[in-house]
Amino acid sequence: MSRVPLERKVLSENDRLAADLRASFLRHGILCLNLISSPGAGKTSLLERTLAALARDERVAVLTGDIQTDNDARRLARFGFPVRQISTGGTCHLDARMVDRALSEWRLDELDLLLVENVGNLVCPASYDLGEEAKIVLLSVAEGDDKPLKYPAIFSRAELLVLNKTDLLPYVPFSLDQARENARRVNPRIEILEVSCTAKEGIDSWIEWLNGRRAAAKPAQPEP
Amino acid sequence: MHELSIAKSVLEGVRAELARRPGAQLQTIGLRVGELSGVNADALSFSFEALVKGTEMEPVTLEIERGPRRQRCPECKNEFAVENDDLACPSCGARATECIGGQELEFTYLELENA
Repeated sequence: MSRVPLERKVLSENDRLAADLRASFLRHGILCLNLISSPGAGKTSLLERTLAALARDERVAVLTGDIQTDNDARRLARFGFPVRQISTGGTCHLDARMVDRALSEWRLDELDLLLVENVGNLVCPASYDLGEEAKIVLLSVAEGDDKPLKYPAIFSRAELLVLNKTDLLPYVPFSLDQARENARRVNPRIEILEVSCTAKEGIDSWIEWLNGRRAAAKPAQPEP
Repeated sequence: MHELSIAKSVLEGVRAELARRPGAQLQTIGLRVGELSGVNADALSFSFEALVKGTEMEPVTLEIERGPRRQRCPECKNEFAVENDDLACPSCGARATECIGGQELEFTYLELENA
């Protein structure tokens, strides 16, 4: 019997597709962000606030993943931007192939921001690269401030934590300080914003963060 | 619970490798699963066994090695394994260390007969 070394990632096929997507986004100057949270934390609500804050001529599109229904796509389509629902039919996460297929009907040269709403799940989406520039994790205050410690895979990979539903703070035993500390325990570099999509608080800071990343993703202008 | 999807990817990866080695009989698959991979090793083993049952792959053993979380200190360049979830640099005390290990989900080896 012989032991043959095999240095390959288990998800190498997904990673290869994700790398192709990333190269394509870079070529087209598209900032792609992957929004991840448990079900009901407010991904769709944050996207609603985001689309409402953007001018109609902005080159923005949304992919939204769910196991069943196109409810989210219908919620988001009324803002006038291109939106596509990815129905995974039972799969608990999006993978690069699903994103690639969903993008096939759009012209990438007409976009510069692609927001991907993953399937509501704090575990599985962490394993699948979608070619995004950054992962953003949302945590609502109704879920508990210890979640970063319980789900380190996603909190360690995310560049931004959005603490949502801060309007509920008076009613739930959730400490913002503890949540921030726990998030930084698993990811010392994570950025943290606080928002309430319902009370429309903190949305400006989020849009500012988003625009900062969009400016950074713009291809350098050639010299005149 | 995405370990069934992961187990399918393990099988696809192994089948691709075996296709390049006609006549080889697979005995053991070695995997490294990092503690930040988001993959539960027990659930992965369970899913894998269910997938290979009754196939030409049987009998095959899946050996999973856990990958600990490792950090690098940007200040003093120290690299260290994380204990008790403490990410601060044990050498200089810097807090904002960066993750360099623990996210792996990768093959390490195959054990083959007649390779």
